[in-house]
Amino acid sequence: MARIVGVDIPNNKRGEIGLSYIYGIGKSSAQRILDGAGVDRSTKVEDWTDDQTSAIRNYINDNFKIEGELRSETQMNIKRLMDIGAYRGIRHRIGLPVRGQSTKNNARTRKGRRKTVANKKKATK
Amino acid sequence: MSRSLKKGPYIEFKLEKKILAMSETGKKSVVKTWARRSIIPPEFVGHTIAVHNGNKFIPVYITENMVGHKLGEFAPTRIFRGHAGNKKR
Repeated sequence: MARIVGVDIPNNKRGEIGLSYIYGIGKSSAQRILDGAGVDRSTKVEDWTDDQTSAIRNYINDNFKIEGELRSETQMNIKRLMDIGAYRGIRHRIGLPVRGQSTKNNARTRKGRRKTVANKKKATK
Repeated sequence: MSRSLKKGPYIEFKLEKKILAMSETGKKSVVKTWARRSIIPPEFVGHTIAVHNGNKFIPVYITENMVGHKLGEFAPTRIFRGHAGNKKR
């Protein structure tokens, strides 16, 4: 069990996978971190030496924005769009798709569970 | 696909000319425009532009945050009045 940046404790997986448990780090940036810190990509997290762990930690701190900081940046970007009254901000505000997708059907990820309307007319032939 | 960097940002020429002339003389008035596709350059900050939404002109006061967006983003073309039979709200 290695503890990188704050609360994240990746388990007994290979380094490139274990690091991707951190918010803001996927597989490719995990590989970049391991290469940059000089650790073999396929070494398991539990087999990292203390030196390697701190090298990884330093590399992340110097080059990446992760976890809370990244989350708040994303929120700030959305808030900016809402504050200036841009179309994208309005779509965020009313919880509909932002990037021009169709909303006649589907779009359930943004709209949430279906809200059934009583006595809604069925299409008649 | 995003616009080629070679071309630079698209700014409606006539609108830019009007705004720059206004900045030089220091007076401020609302400029009507249909150029929803025009990007907002930093020079527009502080001016009010009336952007056409297909029906009428929506006055948009340009702030610093809006730079880089397009004028049309601030003048919605559709008005959602709620669904039929949706009484609450």
